[in-house]
Amino acid sequence: MGQKIERDYQRFRKIVRGKVKSNLNKYITRGELIGKKGNDLVSIPLPQIELPQFRYGSKGSGGVGQGPAKPGQPLTQPQDDGDGNQAGDSPGGHILEVDLTIEELADILGDELALPRIEPKGKKNIVTSRDKYSSIRRAGPESLRHFKRTFKKALRRQIASGTYQPEDPIVIPIREDKQYRSWKEVPLPQSVAVIVYMMDVSGSMTDHQKEIVRIEAFWIDTWIRAHYKGVERVYIIHDAAAQEVDEHTFYHTRESGGTKISTAYDLARQIIEQRYPPQDWNVYAFHFSDGDNWGDDVPHCMELLKNELLPRINLFGYAQVESPYGSGEFLEHMKELAEEAENLICSRVPDREAIVESIKELLSTGR
Amino acid sequence: MSLNQTRYDTRLTAELRRLQLEIEGYAREYGLDFFETIFEVLDADDLNEVAAYGGFPTRYPHWSFGMQYEELKKSYEYGLSKIYEMVINNDPCYAYLMRCNHVVDQKLVMAHVYGHCDFFKNNQYFAHTNRKMMDEMANHGTRIRHYAEKYGEDEVETFMDRCMSVDDLIDIHSPAIKRRSTTSRYDFSPEPADQARSAIRFKSKGYMDAYVNPPDVLKREEEEFRKQEAEQQVRFPESPEKDVLLFLIEHAPLKGWQRDVLSIIRDEAYYFAPQAQTKIMNEGWASYWHSTIMTKHALTPSEVVDYCDHHCGTMAPYRGRINPYKLGIELFRDIEERWNTGRFGKDYEECDDLETKRRWSLDLKLGRQKIFEVRRNHCDVTFIDEFLTADFCKEQGYFSFNYDEHGHNYVVESREFKKVKERLLFNLTNFGKPFIYVVDGNYRNRGELLLKHEHLGIDLKLPYAQDTLANLQALWSRPVHLQTVVEEKPMLLSYDGSEHSNKTLGEHDDPRRHASGKAR
Repeated sequence: MGQKIERDYQRFRKIVRGKVKSNLNKYITRGELIGKKGNDLVSIPLPQIELPQFRYGSKGSGGVGQGPAKPGQPLTQPQDDGDGNQAGDSPGGHILEVDLTIEELADILGDELALPRIEPKGKKNIVTSRDKYSSIRRAGPESLRHFKRTFKKALRRQIASGTYQPEDPIVIPIREDKQYRSWKEVPLPQSVAVIVYMMDVSGSMTDHQKEIVRIEAFWIDTWIRAHYKGVERVYIIHDAAAQEVDEHTFYHTRESGGTKISTAYDLARQIIEQRYPPQDWNVYAFHFSDGDNWGDDVPHCMELLKNELLPRINLFGYAQVESPYGSGEFLEHMKELAEEAENLICSRVPDREAIVESIKELLSTGR
Repeated sequence: MSLNQTRYDTRLTAELRRLQLEIEGYAREYGLDFFETIFEVLDADDLNEVAAYGGFPTRYPHWSFGMQYEELKKSYEYGLSKIYEMVINNDPCYAYLMRCNHVVDQKLVMAHVYGHCDFFKNNQYFAHTNRKMMDEMANHGTRIRHYAEKYGEDEVETFMDRCMSVDDLIDIHSPAIKRRSTTSRYDFSPEPADQARSAIRFKSKGYMDAYVNPPDVLKREEEEFRKQEAEQQVRFPESPEKDVLLFLIEHAPLKGWQRDVLSIIRDEAYYFAPQAQTKIMNEGWASYWHSTIMTKHALTPSEVVDYCDHHCGTMAPYRGRINPYKLGIELFRDIEERWNTGRFGKDYEECDDLETKRRWSLDLKLGRQKIFEVRRNHCDVTFIDEFLTADFCKEQGYFSFNYDEHGHNYVVESREFKKVKERLLFNLTNFGKPFIYVVDGNYRNRGELLLKHEHLGIDLKLPYAQDTLANLQALWSRPVHLQTVVEEKPMLLSYDGSEHSNKTLGEHDDPRRHASGKAR
């Protein structure tokens, strides 16, 4: 893609995603193209912005077509609001939506997010990117002109065309000779981070809630991986006891049993202490639960958090789903604590729709 | 111009170059007359980029081109559509070819391109366009980039969005017509025809005078005249102005850079207007020539099937709208046939005997000459108006359709020639967009802007009209009003910068009553 169109394209994508210019938002239409992939019809999302203009309404309007047709026969599918958009020629049946890869989705999610308070620490690094001037192209701003290469090329051309005279060695570059420095994005090591995911898999969590929790954890994970290279991850699941698991188990475990959140916090503390000393690592922890903790366990959790975990980590995110059984009162305790500790963030996720908002709450920039 | 950033050679390969010379030769033999044509061969991605910029790689930056690009790119990637060619109305003409296309496609496209080039150069409606537009567009780009740097990207972009929302409010016939009188508006010498303006007195004998010319009636009429005259003097603009953009450039309180941006957008709107005005003819003409050149000369036997496949794909009729390629080529062929056989003029029209008409053949051989004349003098509206015949319409199977309010969809209306032609012409006139005029730049003597929609039977789409009005208001700074008709009732839509209001007007203000000949 040329650099020029790339800019206009990115600008358009930003407007569509609502990151700039709220006054164009109302003109965004979520159109689609109907395409084919193998034997399936697929819908290719095609957002468009239609600037308002003086136009005719549909009442009394019409046109001319060609082919077999009888008067009175409908040409198009009925339209919802009677506005004279394109003829609806979408085929029936089920249509899959394609288009975005997971990386792209993470990208969309990601531009507004950041790992807050990340600091350069340690030697083993996470990576962000930086522009580096490492290549040459034939167009560019004059300020980036490569002097030596330009004159070399001009000299070569003059010799080839016979206009160079050794006794009068004047070399004048013309436009075609000019060479400009150009840049590449190169990954640049910056700081190190570890993310600790903790998930409540106790019996009080229904499948529906586990799904919400997993989706949220998955997207946070995906986003972080897309934006920060080389982040270490630790997965912990807990019911009445906590254990460290691998990624696959984390996303697929079904457990049941009581809930003792403190076990997970304690395990997290141990892991951080042993493997990720806070002086070398940026530590982030996310905990997902239905907030239905064993009553006696709550003070212990608060103590652990306040005295052990929060002082050592950059951010603790707590996301709570609705609980069909319990009171979900753990959130209240957390909120209380959050008022004194600014690196503790609480978020409620009542249903699937709230996931995105919740992620934004946990990872919003500028904290 | 060259696409500096491409990593490959955009010039024609030796083989394509040879084919280009061959096809150019045929085109010249047939009497096509064109600017020098420079072909560039581009990859799909680059071609999509150029196409997104309307053919001008150096165009000013704007998100709308990014939007175009996404659509082209996605349709191409999913195999829904691809661009075969682009031709730019410029001297020299630039034409872009798709690098991955088959040789037979490239030949077809080249022949097609020479048709377009000839049309650009010779059609009257293109006469006013800037033939150095490639350079001009680059200048526009530089200027707008400069403003964006100096005044802020967001600020310039917001302003451009507003301009683009009204960029169709131009007077497409103005390049050919002198709209404004040559006498100055600032000439205040009293008109010599002063007494002609006084009330009309009928001739009468003295004793009858009070009855034939009742004094109170005379007085009333005189007052009326005076009022009209006073109105005439303060009216601004003098006559309704269809070139709303020009009016804004001349009279809106804009900053220097804003005026320049607006004039850039207006210039480009005028440059592109003839292409929309002649879409059917232009495509028809180019298709006529690619088909003539390919089938009579350029095709080799092994290429016939591929050629037919491609040609048919382009010419396939659409159900829900006109295919300009199809209508154009068929109508040109019909005209050629009619003028070859003498099926035109008084004798033919007035002949009552169907059998005679069917066998009508005068062997005039005027067809070729006629179509060249048509391509010089017509635009789509006049082309259809003059040459679409009932027989042609029936043969091609055209039908008209209209909007069914109950079913919220479009329904086939009729196969009647009159109806078809009517619908076709309506959708071509003023690009099928409403006629909007500036009627008063000092409305209510408060510096407000009054526009009028000349209602031709179809209401405006209201939410759009209101939003557009808001954009006009932002350009004009004072409140803006639009007279229109909504569901048979005259209405005044207003926007004062913070709030929309709609007011039903009395009979007196009905814009339909004032839809005078003057305006057109």
